Amino acid sequence: MTATIVIERLSVTYSDRVVALKDVSLQVAENAITSIFGPSGGGKSTLLRMLNRLNDMADVAEVSGTILLNGQNILDRKVNVMELRRRVGMVFSRPTPLPLSIYANVSYGLVVAGERRRSRTDVAVEKALKQVALWDEVSDRLDSPANKLSGGQQQRLSMARVLALQPEVILLDEPTSALDPVATNKIEMLLHDLSKTLTIVIAPHNTQQTARVADYAGFFLTGELVEFGLKPQIFTLPRDRRTRDYIEGRFG
Amino acid sequence: MNNQKLPALLAPQTNWSERVTVALVRVAGYLSIVFVSLICLFLLREGLPALVNVPLLSLFGTTWYPIEARFGLLPLLLGSLTVTIGAACIAVPLGIGTAVYISEIAPQWAKETLKPLVEILAGLPSVVLGFIGILVLAPALRRALSLNTGMTAFTGALLLAWASIPTIVSVAEDALNAVPRSYREASAALGATRWQTIWMVTVPAARSGVLTGIMLGIGRVIGETMAVMMVTGNAPVMAFGPSALFSPVRTMTATIAAEMGEVAKGSTHYQVLFLIGIVLFVFSLVINLTVFYVGARHAARKQRLLS
Repeated sequence: MTATIVIERLSVTYSDRVVALKDVSLQVAENAITSIFGPSGGGKSTLLRMLNRLNDMADVAEVSGTILLNGQNILDRKVNVMELRRRVGMVFSRPTPLPLSIYANVSYGLVVAGERRRSRTDVAVEKALKQVALWDEVSDRLDSPANKLSGGQQQRLSMARVLALQPEVILLDEPTSALDPVATNKIEMLLHDLSKTLTIVIAPHNTQQTARVADYAGFFLTGELVEFGLKPQIFTLPRDRRTRDYIEGRFG
Repeated sequence: MNNQKLPALLAPQTNWSERVTVALVRVAGYLSIVFVSLICLFLLREGLPALVNVPLLSLFGTTWYPIEARFGLLPLLLGSLTVTIGAACIAVPLGIGTAVYISEIAPQWAKETLKPLVEILAGLPSVVLGFIGILVLAPALRRALSLNTGMTAFTGALLLAWASIPTIVSVAEDALNAVPRSYREASAALGATRWQTIWMVTVPAARSGVLTGIMLGIGRVIGETMAVMMVTGNAPVMAFGPSALFSPVRTMTATIAAEMGEVAKGSTHYQVLFLIGIVLFVFSLVINLTVFYVGARHAARKQRLLS
């Protein structure tokens, strides 16, 4: 269950003429955490949403370049987008439990994929909830509404929902921006464990999180990938002056 | 200095325009309560004696023939119910379908054209609807189904469905539109198709708003008088079996409208007509209360989501 992502010369322009990504090329390492960071409006969300084609729902005017997932160009028109999204899961910045029960939230991805056997979903739901260490907290109330959980629990539920589909890649768009430090720590520990078997791309809401969790880091500024490399190198010996200025807090 | 400002603060309020406005608004508010209570009292005073003057059992009779003092309300109740349920069966699926289309599927330009158009349709006077019913719908139905007459309960149901669809569409579409975008995105990101997202997430999330729309639409159907009087054939008879839908009926509203002008004030017939009014009043009260409670649940859930 490993995946490589190769992004080549990707440019995205929205219909209001905003250029969100400019000629971005990037190789995402498998079984590692790749963090893309930089000031807001830099194109981080757009990049993540291109990787699972969620940007199809936005007002995109023009896309050029390729994104290869295990060698296959996912921007190809013939790609089955639903299947792609099952393989490339996404966690959003605010917890987004669907207005369903805890159980139905976790099994949702399987059910829409056509899984009708309750025995199968039972197993998958329990496994996914255990993976995010939520099982002990909710196993006695799987049928209660998911939006009654706390913010941190909701975000772990969102992760469980994605994990139940056994994806190859997980995308996280500012996953802890609405959480307190304790809940944030839980998510970061979880990401660390998951990265042993999964490819993770995260766009943290602050630079410190990149410093804490990332194996690789890429600095985005106004749609351009300024610099990309191993995290220690980016944080101790940035090659580009703009990267250094941002990390040292001179702007952003 | 400071001393100069103090007297102004302590001076008595003499802002007369303010007082007059408040008084006027207050009177208007109390007046509407008074009017509703008076209407209610009037209805009860005129209608309730019927329960004394007409034996209760005969009110549940199957013959409405006021000239021979036979005041069986069942044919009228059944007429109203047939037309209402028939209209609901047609209007609810169509209305929800239209609302889903406008809110979830239509491109932006179609959305901006369709919504106002549907709302204009809601303002169509029911007499005009009745005209269309008599001149177009009834003859067409008679030919298509080879009936003796096109003036049937079904014709009325069809016409009233048409009248209530705009209400259902308008309210349900608002509710669907209010469903957060994040639900749709989260569903799509888990590999759901557009249809799966609509039926499994968006519509259930908007459920109470959609239900409110349905109840308001049904409320309009029950209270509708003119259009239904023009096309249902006005025969206060009871038909049974599958053909009942395609025979002439008369609704409670049409009965009041048709007969009120010809009764002697204070006669038993007059009192029974008011009793029918009370029954209608109770019907719409029940519907309004349902809407209110459904809506209150909706509000409570919204507060939970926001907190």
